[in-house]
Formats: sequence, structure tokens, C-alpha cells
Amino acid sequence: MVTEITQKLVHSHGLTDQEYERIKAILGRQPNFTELGVFSVMWSEHCSYKNTRLELKKLPTTGPRVLVKAGEENAGVIDIGDGWAAAFKMESHNHPSAIEPFQGAATGVGGIIRDIFTMGARPVFLLDSLRFGPIEGATSTAKNNRRLFSEVVAGISHYGNCIGIPTIGGEVYFDESFEGNPLVNVFCLGILRHEQITRGAAKGIGNPVFYVGSETGRDGLAGAAFASRDLTEELRQDRPAVQVGDPFKGKLLLEACLEVLASGCVAGIQDMGAAGLTCSICETASRGGTGVEIDLALVPQRESGMTPYEILLSESQERMLIIVERGREATLKEIFDKWDLPYACVGEVTEDGMMRVLSHGCVEVEIPAYKLSNDAPIYEREAVAESPAPEFRIEDIPSADLHESLIRLLGCPTIASKNWVYRQYDHTVRAGTVVPPGSDAGVFYVREADKYLAATTDCNGLYCKLNPREGARVAVAEAARNLVCSGAEPLAVTDNLNFGNPYHPNNFWQLRESVEGLAEACLRFGVPVVSGNVSLYNQNPNGAIDPTPTVGMVGIIGQERWITRQSFRDVSDVIYLIGPVGHELGGSQYLKIIHGRKEFLPPQLSYELELGVQAVLLALIRQGLVKSAHDCSEGGFGVALAECCISGARTIGACVDFGNWSDRLDQILFNESQSRVIISALPEDTTAIEAMCAATEIQCGRVGEVGGSDLIISSKRETLRWDVAELYQAWYAAIERVMSSQ
Amino acid sequence: MKIAVVQFPGSNCDQDCLRALTDGVHFQAEYVWHKQTSLYGFDAVVLPGGFSYGDYLRCGAIARFSPITRTVVRSAKEGMPVIGICNGFQILCEAGLLPGALIRNQSLRFVCKSVWLRVETGETPFTAQLKGQRILKMPIAHGEGAYFADKASLDALESQSQIVFRYTDEWGNATPEANPNGSMHNIAGVCNEARNVVGMMPHPDRAWDRQLGSEDGKLVFGSLAKALEPVISR
Repeated sequence: MVTEITQKLVHSHGLTDQEYERIKAILGRQPNFTELGVFSVMWSEHCSYKNTRLELKKLPTTGPRVLVKAGEENAGVIDIGDGWAAAFKMESHNHPSAIEPFQGAATGVGGIIRDIFTMGARPVFLLDSLRFGPIEGATSTAKNNRRLFSEVVAGISHYGNCIGIPTIGGEVYFDESFEGNPLVNVFCLGILRHEQITRGAAKGIGNPVFYVGSETGRDGLAGAAFASRDLTEELRQDRPAVQVGDPFKGKLLLEACLEVLASGCVAGIQDMGAAGLTCSICETASRGGTGVEIDLALVPQRESGMTPYEILLSESQERMLIIVERGREATLKEIFDKWDLPYACVGEVTEDGMMRVLSHGCVEVEIPAYKLSNDAPIYEREAVAESPAPEFRIEDIPSADLHESLIRLLGCPTIASKNWVYRQYDHTVRAGTVVPPGSDAGVFYVREADKYLAATTDCNGLYCKLNPREGARVAVAEAARNLVCSGAEPLAVTDNLNFGNPYHPNNFWQLRESVEGLAEACLRFGVPVVSGNVSLYNQNPNGAIDPTPTVGMVGIIGQERWITRQSFRDVSDVIYLIGPVGHELGGSQYLKIIHGRKEFLPPQLSYELELGVQAVLLALIRQGLVKSAHDCSEGGFGVALAECCISGARTIGACVDFGNWSDRLDQILFNESQSRVIISALPEDTTAIEAMCAATEIQCGRVGEVGGSDLIISSKRETLRWDVAELYQAWYAAIERVMSSQ
Repeated sequence: MKIAVVQFPGSNCDQDCLRALTDGVHFQAEYVWHKQTSLYGFDAVVLPGGFSYGDYLRCGAIARFSPITRTVVRSAKEGMPVIGICNGFQILCEAGLLPGALIRNQSLRFVCKSVWLRVETGETPFTAQLKGQRILKMPIAHGEGAYFADKASLDALESQSQIVFRYTDEWGNATPEANPNGSMHNIAGVCNEARNVVGMMPHPDRAWDRQLGSEDGKLVFGSLAKALEPVISR
């Protein structure tokens, strides 16, 4: 039976008429139905970046530590010293998680882990950056948001815990714009020796091509194409496009692949993620400058009667393609037999540059691999700027009850302790988590390499909505600041760009502004982007999500004694605010939560100030002068100070005086100006600290002292006092309370 | 003295256990693959945590039929010290070497946190160094860790001092608040009647390095040195 290629069929594959003409030009003939499917997934936004490629080129990708650049392979790799390297990447699974949150999130974890071990690295930790609609209240929308939140966390926990990779940090935000379209961005980092870096290239004409891992089924059919469309009601019915994860198989595949890679019999390896078998064949051939020919009849299959189209486009999980050095097949077979995993030799590397797929010997697909992989159309979409948000003036809002405001801010789910989340994640497996979730950055001791790595994910979508360029710059600055607070030197970045439909000119403008902001900030902070992922079409009936260019950043801590945590430790320690007191309330949580206003220009970043603050903080830490360090972010100084008091093993009070400032106290406490860090130090170290800061232009205000069981903040006009036990209760159990409500 | 660390498909604390034994307490230790049937040359066995065979059916339910498990059962009956940690504890219960069962946490959710434990008996190979109700700190990480047994078994465990560890607060009080998963009698670990087989849900394999927040796990593994002294001098 031959399916006729009609215009309707072309459109239903998400391809335009012009794209179809391009396909015919590449082939020199009409494609058949299976080939059309192959082009549709390979030229989807998810695989081809056709709408974003020109923008992504603006990101800085090089640096002295970069071993594998962004876009070259499945993940970027950087040098971390002494012959060791780190491979890392962040990837989204937003659309699947909106429809089937448990499996969507679980397979998101599985997919990114495979990307990392494909590079030859052993995955050592994960981070998760999540966004949901508001979870408070009794409305059906709030209930649905709670369900999505709960199931996504359970899905991450299911996969990550079972495969035995600790989740050591991340972030969770709640905002109306994510209703019905949650963001699930998963970060994974793996460790390897420089010489272990493996390539996803089909090298060596005549080398056999092996399929290993789970059998292919009909799940996740054309998932990449599915992720490249708006999330409509109709699309929500498309459950078969969501894959099902098996973390046990994932664990076996991970161990077996690392063992095979160590044996030296592998010429190239590629995971089957988005676009499954199709993508892995055409990418390996394209990277290798070769062709690959396989016969689908040889592919292990879970169900009978699958068509070539289905086998090629399935996104069944836990599968890899391995190109083996000819003559070394027995080594691979022995290892996969040991792990009781299916494998099959399905074809070989050819010299004609074609992706050729047979079914029982008959040619089903014959496409030049390089062109399929690299000649997708590239578009420059129309960008129309949104009108700029107005500048904030303090006269615009009345001052709220500040005692109550701090308690409410600490209890709002975006700011509250995320222990309800991270207690469901195994964060201690692999016995290397030195700073567990709940601090500015997670710190992990990589025992085999004797290295301390710090990692964080950051993005304030509210800032990005109000000013995408500034929001993106701030995301980079905050990630770097979080790392520095933990004692680390920032090294490199992975980004996950979550935006709405790029065909809407406002959305595309947000994307362009954000990417340019990221590019500029990464350059200024000296942190190249080594990997990343783009997720577009994040929409709900009310419009696009707040633009969310999530930044994942990795840093290194040279010595164990530099590792710094955020909580205050001892009575009588002196509290300093490094950086300005600040005044910017636009886009703040105080305005959003207390005054219900999601508006005004967000805080502006000054590179000079930010770099200066980070440099002096790192120098102080390395001198051993800092007992705790915590950056001011959502909720400003007030929330950060409270967190210093309540986020340690024991709560402890503090007394802070802003008597010299004449600003309104709500502005002092809750402004979200950037480049500010609260540190605590021994009283005998104050002279040294003040001398080091005086040598720079950086403000370093001695603002108070640690001790007692109350948090006391005074200004010229008033004195506020909270029992830290009450603050702790408001903050620690907030999400648990919300989630146990009906 | 040489310790075996059993690797089931899906074990994920095997590497942590091996490191704890070698780097932590400086024992000789080696992996033993689940398809093996011999423990010749080994003086003790560790069944590590993880999700053996995926644990899709019931934790440990399939691992009990593994070739190595039969050998572990035989060796345990001959008196070899055996410790099962987390999933290893679940496997020992399924294999009938330990009484009771581990069921879904009361919260119905996976829980990962640091807990305090009170050592209830020094008379096992894994607590021989730990007399006088010592309080230990180590992490737990499990979804099915609520210890359950019928009344007769519980009475027997209590009267024969077979409860090895109990969840307590920092000061050693076995309160309901200190119980992280709904275990009966706050039980975190038990031993068999012969006292050579111990199962525990908390992870000594994640508490053997100061940087991890506790070194108390070394006391558990280190106790083996004392318990095996007669073997070594033999």
C-alpha cells in the first residue's frame, strides 16, 4: 500500500509548502510516507532549532576550559583539572509533563542522563528547575496545579532515585503564567577523564551498528514533533506521544554502556532520545561524514505489526545506538549478555553518506544524512517589542504591615522551603553530597576526581516578562552569585530556553532579547555556554508563559575549607551586607504577593558592581573570613536575612539596624536590587574584612549581629521583631500545608 | 578478612558500600555478581541498597530468587555475618532470614533525610563496638521502609533483644515525631535469633566521611573487625 503525499498530509506533519519543496529538492523526487515522517521530526523545532539557530549563534561557546562545544555533541564537556572533565546539560520535558506529569517528568530525567553517559561520563548528580501555576486555594485550577506539581515531583523521584543519581538542588517557582503548561527542566552532570570523551559519530566504513536497550514500541510516536506545537486541547488527547520510563532498564543500560565504553570497542555512540532511531542514525552518520544502513526487521520490537514509520519515529525509552569497531562485536555481546539487555546488530556504516533504512531488505528510506541533519530551513521570525514596563515609584504603593508581610512572603510557595520536594528526591546516594538541597547552590564531592563541584539553576521569569533582556542578564548574574556564595569559582553554563510560540512576534522578541541578554552576561562573567535546549510553544489559553531562559551553572571549589553555607552559625557573629542596600521594587515578590502587582521595571544589573561583589566575596571566603554567605534574591534582604536565621540545622536569631537610612522600611527590606550578599563572620575578623572591602569600591555595611531567638530589624522610624520559631514554621511547612489541603 | 558486596541488577549503593568498606574502614572488599553462587573466601556479606530488579513487584521479592541469594541464605545459616542495608534489608526479610516486612512509608512518599538512631544491642557483628545505647546519625532514603511485624513477632523481637536500631530524636527518645516512616516500635534495624544477620533501613554507607555530615557509619562496618577477630586469628 502506498500512501499518497497530499498537501494535507504534509501540513499535518507540521511542514510548510516551502519546506516540502526543499525536501523534494534534496531527494530529487517526492518523499514517501515514511520519509515524510523522518523529515517532519528532524525538521521539527525540537531537533533542528530552525527558529532559534540564528539566535543561539549569539551565545559565547568557547573558553580555555571547553573541551566539547555546545551543539557538537549530546552534551558539552569542560576541563575541571588534573585530567578530569565534567559533561553537563539541561533539557526540558515540558509538553509531556503537562499531559502525563509523572511519566513526562520521569522520562525527562532518563533522557538527560542518557545524554551524559553517551559522552562517556558517569552521571553524578541532577538538578531540577520547575515551574507550575499557583497551588494555593480551593479552585479546580489550583487543584490541578497541585496535581501536576505532586506528580512531576513523584516522577522525578521515581526515575532519579531508582537509577541512583542524587538530586542535589534546583528551584521551584509558582506563577499564573505556567497554569496548564508547567516547566520541567532537568540538569545532569557527569564525570570522566579527558581521554574518555566519546563521540556520537559513525566512524569507520563497514563497522557494525548495534541497537541496544529496550525493545521498540509504539510509545512516544513523533514526540519531537509533538513538542514543537502549541499545547492545545486537541494535543492534550495525544497521550501516546508521551513516553513511559523504566528507570531499572535505564540503570542497566547506564552500567552496560559505561562498561562497553571502557572496553575500547566503541567507535561511536548515540542515545535515542527525541526522534528516536531516526535521529540517532542520521546524526551519527552526519557527524561521521558517512552513511548508515540498517534493516528495521532486525530491531528488537515490543509489539508485532509495527510499520517502518512507527519503528523509526517511536520514542521508546532506554535505547542506544552503538557503532562497534569491526571484529570487537564479541566484547559488546558479552557485556550486554551479562546485564541481560537486548541488543542486535542492525546494520553498518557505509561510505555513500546516505541514511538508508530497509525493511526485510526493501529500501524504505534513502536520504542524504548530512542534508537531513543540517539543511533544515533556518528562519528569522518577526520580532515585535512589547511596550516597556513603567518605572516603579515608591509613592505608587502604600506600605503594608511589615511584620505580617515577612511571614507571608516566607510562606508563599515560591519562597518557602522546598523540603517537601527535595525530601522525595534521594539526595545522598553516591555519598558525595556535601551541601544538600536548600542552600544557594548544591555542592558535590566527586570522590574519584577529588574535586568539589557546585551547581545551581536560576531564572526569575517575572523579571524576564517585565524586561526579557534584563531578566536574562540577572539570571546569569544570580547563578554566578549563588556559586560564589558557596565558595565556588563559576566555570560554564548550560541553558534551557523556555518560551511561547515563536510565530507570535512578541514571543519571538522575548526570545531574542533573552538570548542577547544571556550572551552578553555570559561573556562578561567569562562563563561559556557549553550545552542547552530550547522549548518553544509553551502556551496556555491565556497566552504564552513568562519567558524563562533557565541558567544552569557549574563552578569548582578549590579547597574543602572554602565550602560555605547560607545559614548563620554562632551567637555574636557579625552580619555584613556586601553590596548596596538597594531600592528597586519593580518585579519583586513583595509587590506580587503582598500588593498583587506583577509590574514595573525589574532590577537592573550593573556588571561592574556584580563582578566586584563576587570578587571580594570569593577573596574573603578564601581568606577564611566568612562563616556564612547568602545572596539576596526573591523577597530581598528581609527574606534572605530570615533564611539565614532559619535554614540551618538549628534556628538562631539576629539583630539588624538600618538606622542610618531614611528610605521606607518596606523598600529597604523587600527591594530586589542585584549584587547583594549577606555574610556572617567572627567578631575578631571584622578589621580584616573591612580592610579588604575598603581596598575595593564595594560597599560592605556592618548591619548587625547573630544571636537570641528573635529576628529584630530596626530603622529610624520603627523596630520590627519576630520570633524565629514562628518564621521557621511559616517557611518550613508551607508547601506541606498547601499540598495537604483539599 | 574480606567482605563481599553483592551486586543485583538495580543495586545502586554497591559502589558506596565498597568505598565505605575500603576507604572508610580499610577492609578488603569485592563485588559479587548476582549470578554467582559462591562466597568462597569471604568472611562477611553486604547486601546494598537500590532497586533490585526494579522492585516493580514488591521490594526484594525477585532478588530472593537470585542465585547469590541462595548462597547468602546458606552462609548465613552457617553463621556468616550478613548485613542488608535499605533494599538489602528488604531482601533479607523476603528471603526469610529476618522476621517482619518493610511496607510503604506512612506518608506514601519517598523520604530522604538525616535521622538519629539509638543502638539497642551491642550483640551483633555490626554493633559490637557500640555498647550502651549510642546515638548515631545517618541518612535514610526509601519509599518502603515502614517496619511491620505481627504482635507475636514483635514481642519476640523485643524480649530477645533482636531490635538493633530504633529511630529516636537527637537525645535518644523514641518519639512518634522521630519516626520518619511509620515503623512499628520505631524500628530501624533488626537481627535474626542467631544474631549474625542484621538488616537496617538507614545508610551507614553514606555516613563514613566527615564531609558527608557524619562518620557514624564507620562504627557499624568497623564493628565487623571486632566480631571477626576469631576468624582472623584462626
